[in-house]
Amino acid sequence: MKRKDRPVAGRALPGNESILRQLWRDPMGRAGMIGVGLVILMALLAPWIARFDVAKMNSKAKLAAPGAEFWFGTDHFGRDVFSRIVYGARVSLEVGIVAVGIAAGFGYLLGMIAGFFEGRTETLIMMVMDVIFAFPSILLALFIVSALGTSILNTMIAIGIVNIPVFTRTVRASVKTVKSTDYIANARSIGLKKMKILFRHVTPNVLAPFTVQATLALSGAILTEASMSFLGLGIQPPNPSWGSMLSDARKYMERAPWLVLFPALFIILTILSFNILGDSLRDVLDPKLKL
Amino acid sequence: MDHLLEIRNLKITTLRGKDKVYLLDSVDLSIRKKCSFGVVGESGCGKSITASAILGLLPYPLRVAEGSIRFDSRDGEKELLKLSRKEMRQVRGEEISMIFQEPMTSLDPIFTVEMQMFEALSFHHPGMGKGEMREIALEMLHRVNIPRPEQTLASYAHQLSGGQLQRIMIAIALINNPRLLLADEPTTALDVTIQAQILHLMNDLKEQRDTSIIMITHDLGVIAETCEEVAVFYAGQIVEQAQVVELFTHTAHPYTKGLLRAVTSLGGAQRKLYTIPGIVPPGGQWSRGCRFAERCEQCMEKCREEMPALREIAPGHFCRCFLQDREVEA
Repeated sequence: MKRKDRPVAGRALPGNESILRQLWRDPMGRAGMIGVGLVILMALLAPWIARFDVAKMNSKAKLAAPGAEFWFGTDHFGRDVFSRIVYGARVSLEVGIVAVGIAAGFGYLLGMIAGFFEGRTETLIMMVMDVIFAFPSILLALFIVSALGTSILNTMIAIGIVNIPVFTRTVRASVKTVKSTDYIANARSIGLKKMKILFRHVTPNVLAPFTVQATLALSGAILTEASMSFLGLGIQPPNPSWGSMLSDARKYMERAPWLVLFPALFIILTILSFNILGDSLRDVLDPKLKL
Repeated sequence: MDHLLEIRNLKITTLRGKDKVYLLDSVDLSIRKKCSFGVVGESGCGKSITASAILGLLPYPLRVAEGSIRFDSRDGEKELLKLSRKEMRQVRGEEISMIFQEPMTSLDPIFTVEMQMFEALSFHHPGMGKGEMREIALEMLHRVNIPRPEQTLASYAHQLSGGQLQRIMIAIALINNPRLLLADEPTTALDVTIQAQILHLMNDLKEQRDTSIIMITHDLGVIAETCEEVAVFYAGQIVEQAQVVELFTHTAHPYTKGLLRAVTSLGGAQRKLYTIPGIVPPGGQWSRGCRFAERCEQCMEKCREEMPALREIAPGHFCRCFLQDREVEA
């Protein structure tokens, strides 16, 4: 009864349930959610889905064409491509999530500091960010990995560092917008402490652009990992990565095109799903686009 | 202390490049207890930053360069410019509160009205329970004539109208019984019928609660409606100050006369609306003479050379203009 009496909401109220539901209602959002969901499922259930050991070589079935036994064929060592793709999803997501976690965490912190405490601190932070930003990201990531040594963790760290500036800029810009709003002036005029305003009023109000940025950065991170692995400075064998699978496949492209086809297909679909999801999420979280 | 608030020789500067630029120049104001004081002037003449300075909330790079702001608080007289941050936070909200021009954006969009009213209360009364806070919040909403207060408490800002929101802002500003309320263009964003209601409400609350109000506006109608005393700001200075009736009947300064002529009215012969030519000179570009000289119809040679002083031309009526000197001398 009490609910019914309330004025009808013109836009989404905060709360995860309603955001997910709105995403589902948007056809693009639904496609993105399904795509991302499938990749996540694949990664989680890898041990049950994969039909063979990813590193197990089978000299009797080198470069076998896709068929009943090897769904996606086998590579030049006779390893099952399907199983490697499935485990590759795990690697991609792991790298993506950890790298974006690093980037988002540091970016958020730095952006908050830069946006909220203007003056010299801000100038300094933004100068460092601009320097990082000025490098082509793949080049910088390769540089960091060659300095730290190749390992899955270092790949994550490298991709993370490369992505920090985007988050810093996004968060800083939103903090500045929110900071100049009347409700922040109002919060100050009733005597609230700066820190309390920062955590209680500023933080939740910058979450929307931040979340969208995180989704889009995830696809970027997965792509960077694939590129780095393709160039040989990412995930090291025998761990399967979509990028390194592509790289290995180059030599056999004419004899065994499926070696190129399947990893490429999965990279494309995964990136596409994340990007569509990010776009749709932006629409849902931005009430102004709905009017 | 005779007055609730005494501002003496207040100067506010900003940075333009590396240069210090004055935005407010030697302003003196005294606000009596239980008084509505109007501050009127065009955009950019220093009204709002005076209010921000009182609350100690000047945005970077603005700062108070000189002067004093003394306030008669509940626990004795305080020099607001010398308080620590912590002491200043105690003053904000509890002794002095502020309401802003845009009610639509003055509430945080992601919290309910209830949460934001509780926030204002709990900061100054840390031990207060939810039940008690709810009671006070409902009582305040009732006082500002909000229909169905219970439902309003559970609403978000976008579910309410501008008039309702401004009432809620007033309720939040007055929830801790401040002695002084700074109202920065509180009715500008509202339509005319709602404006009148809000002004009446503020008058009533002032009577009930012994709160003084500083009403900052560019609308002389609002001043006439609500205030007892008024100061006219121009280019960072006070150019005229008097009791409201005195100001409207014996207008002395050419700028104030211009403002009065520029008010639209429904009655009388149709004529082209009067406007004062030109704009307010921005800070840093003030001449050494009278700052209104460029736009003044009665500008004399002397006005461009020398700054007129703010002189008492009748009891309680101050004016910054050489024309008045001449009349007094003659």
